[in-house]
Amino acid sequence: MEPIKTFTSKTVVLPTENIDTDQIIPARFLKATSKNGLGEMLFSDWRFNADGSQKPDFALNKPEAKGARVLVAGDNFGCGSSREHAPWALYDYGFRAVISTSIADIFKNNSLKNGLLPIALDAATHAKLIAAPGAEVTVSLEAQTVTFGAGKDQITAKFSVDPFSRYCLLNGIDELQFLLSKDAEISKFEAGRG
Amino acid sequence: MAPRTLFEKIWDAHLVSAATADTPAILYVDLHLIHEVTSPQAFTWLRERGLKVRRPERTVATMDHSTPTTPRGKDGKIPVLDNAAAKQIAQLETNCADFGIELYALGSEGQGIVHVIGPELGVTQPGQIIVCGDSHTSTHGAFGALAFGIGTSEVSHVLATQSLLQNKPKTLAVTVEGKLKPGVTAKDIVLAVIARLGIGGGTGHVIEYRGSAIRALSMEERMTVCNMSIEAGARAGMIAPDEITFEYLKGRPRAPQGAAWDKAVAAWRALPSDAGATFDREEIFDAAAIEPMITYGTNPGMGMAIGAKVPAATNPTLEKALAYMGLEGGQPLLGHKVDVVFIGSCTNSRMSDLRAAATIFKGRKVAPGVRALIVPGSQRIKKAAEAEGLDRVFAEAGAEWREAGCSMCIAMNGDQLKPGQYAVSTSNRNFEGRQGAGGRTFLASPLTAAAAAVTGKVTDARSLT
Ligand code: SF4
Repeated sequence: MEPIKTFTSKTVVLPTENIDTDQIIPARFLKATSKNGLGEMLFSDWRFNADGSQKPDFALNKPEAKGARVLVAGDNFGCGSSREHAPWALYDYGFRAVISTSIADIFKNNSLKNGLLPIALDAATHAKLIAAPGAEVTVSLEAQTVTFGAGKDQITAKFSVDPFSRYCLLNGIDELQFLLSKDAEISKFEAGRG
Repeated sequence: MAPRTLFEKIWDAHLVSAATADTPAILYVDLHLIHEVTSPQAFTWLRERGLKVRRPERTVATMDHSTPTTPRGKDGKIPVLDNAAAKQIAQLETNCADFGIELYALGSEGQGIVHVIGPELGVTQPGQIIVCGDSHTSTHGAFGALAFGIGTSEVSHVLATQSLLQNKPKTLAVTVEGKLKPGVTAKDIVLAVIARLGIGGGTGHVIEYRGSAIRALSMEERMTVCNMSIEAGARAGMIAPDEITFEYLKGRPRAPQGAAWDKAVAAWRALPSDAGATFDREEIFDAAAIEPMITYGTNPGMGMAIGAKVPAATNPTLEKALAYMGLEGGQPLLGHKVDVVFIGSCTNSRMSDLRAAATIFKGRKVAPGVRALIVPGSQRIKKAAEAEGLDRVFAEAGAEWREAGCSMCIAMNGDQLKPGQYAVSTSNRNFEGRQGAGGRTFLASPLTAAAAAVTGKVTDARSLT
C-alpha cells in the first residue's frame, strides 16, 4: 500500500444519499478471489446499460471525470454490507478519497485499511462541494484538511480521522503487522482466561 | 464498580489491551465465522506472509452466499452454478483443510446460512465476541453476545492473531414496551425501528434492544430483530440473555454440557445491563402501535405500515428511489401487483418463519403468474420442516421448496429477479438491484410475504380469513 500524505485532484460528484455497497459493487461480482481489477465493476449498474454500453449521463462516464481521485457523495456513504470489495473497487478505479457528511462504519474501517481516505465534512462545506462538480481540492492527511476554491473564497475544512489509521496511512504500514507484534500480550490474555 | 451495560461488560472482558492516545483497543475474539465470499483474499495474505491461523478451533466455516439452492440432482448432489462460484467453494475447502478449520460444506448436514448455523450448533453463546466477514453478524447479538461484521482485512487479522483493533462505539437503547397486536411480528418491530432511526441513524452505535416486548420474543424472533441492526447503520444489536436464551441453547451440540453448563449459565446471568447503567442515547417504541410493516423504497429505512400510502418525493434521493420502484407518492401499496415472493435469508428462514408462512399457504394456492420461493436457512431446518410436513404444504400450494442458502437475498447464486419484477421478500435489503439487476423489492414479514404469494398482490395477512 502506498502512503497517503497530501494530494490534489478534481472531484466527481454523486449527490445521491445513502449510496450502499450493492451500488458500489453489485453482489454478482463478489465471486472474485483476488482484489485486483474490481474498478471495472465499480458502480456497474449505474455506469452501464444491460448491453454493456455506457450510460452517458452518469457522472463517472463524463469526459471531465477522467482522472479524478476524489469522490464527493451524498450523506451516509457506504451503508450496507461489509464487503471490502467496495473500497477495493473504488481504489482500483483510481479514487483515493471519498467525501460525504457521514460514512458508514464498516465501509470506513475497510477503506482505511486499503489506502482510501473516508472523509466526513460539515454539511455546509459538503454542500459547496456537491454544488461544484470538478472542483480542484487538496486533501492533506497530515493537516487533516480539505482545501478548495481560490483567493478570498478559499475554504479549508478540517476532518477527523482515527489517529492510528492516520499513522498507518501516512507511513504505508498495515495493521496486521502491529497486531502480530502484540503476540505476547495476546498469549497473556489467553492464558489468563484459562 | 459503576453500573455497566451489557455491551460494556463484554467489551471490558475482552480487552487484550485498552485504547491509548495513539492506538485503538485490542479485543480478543471468541468465535470467528467465515464463508466463501469474504475469506479467500484473507487466506491468500496469510500464505503470502507465511502465517498460521492462531486458533483454528475458534473459527467455523460454511458455504452459503454463492451456493445454489436448486433441488439436488439424482446423484444427491447440489449442482454448482458457474465456474467462479465453483472456484470460490473449492478454495474454501482447500483453505479450511490447509489451516485446520472446521467446515460445514455444501451438501453436508450442518451447512446453511452462516448466521443460522452458529446459533443452531450452539457455538453462538452469551458474553462472546463474535465476528464474521458479513454485516449481518449482528444476528448473534440476540444471545447477549457482541457480534459485528468485519471486512476481509480484519478477517485476516482475526485468523492470524484472534484479535482485532477496535474503537469503542457508543450505545443506543431501543426500548420497545407493551404487547404486539395479533398478526404483528418481530420483523415488523425491526422495520418500524429502522423506519424511525433511518438507515444511518445508528451509525457509530451498538444497539441494545430492551423492554417488555423484546423480552417476550422467542430466540428466533430476537435473531430477526438483531439481524437488521446494521440496516439502521449500527454494527451490532444485542439483547440481554435470559431463561429463553438458556432454554434455546441447552443441549445444542456445541453448547457447554454438565457442570460446565451450570457454570456458564451462572456467568451469563451476570451479563444483563445493571440497573442505573446509562446509554448514550435511547429511543422508545410502543409495541401496541406497531403495524405490519412494508418497505416502499430502495433502502430498509424507507418503510411504512402496510395500509399507509407511499410518501411524496420531497427530496432527490426519495425521488430517485420511487422512480426506481415505479411508484408515486400518495399511492397505497395494498393491492400492488407482485411477481415473486421470497421467504428465506438470515432474517426470516427459521422454523417459526416457515410455520408462520405455512399457516397462510395451507389450503390455498400460489396466485397464477407468481413465483414463490421458500428457502430454509440451513440443512437442519430443511430436515425439521420436512419432518413436520411443511414442505408438502408449500408444494401443494405451488411454491418452490429449496436447498439451504442465501438464495435470492443476494442474487449471486442463480436465484434472482428479472429486471422490473416486483418481489415481496422476507430478507433484509431492498437496495437497487440487490435481488437481481433491475428487480424491485418490498421487504416484509413471512406472513405478509405468504399473503402476497396467494393473492398475487401486496396484502395485509390479517385480511385473509
Ligand atoms: S441471507 Fe442475505 S443477508 Fe444473510 S448472510 Fe446471506 S446474503 Fe447476507
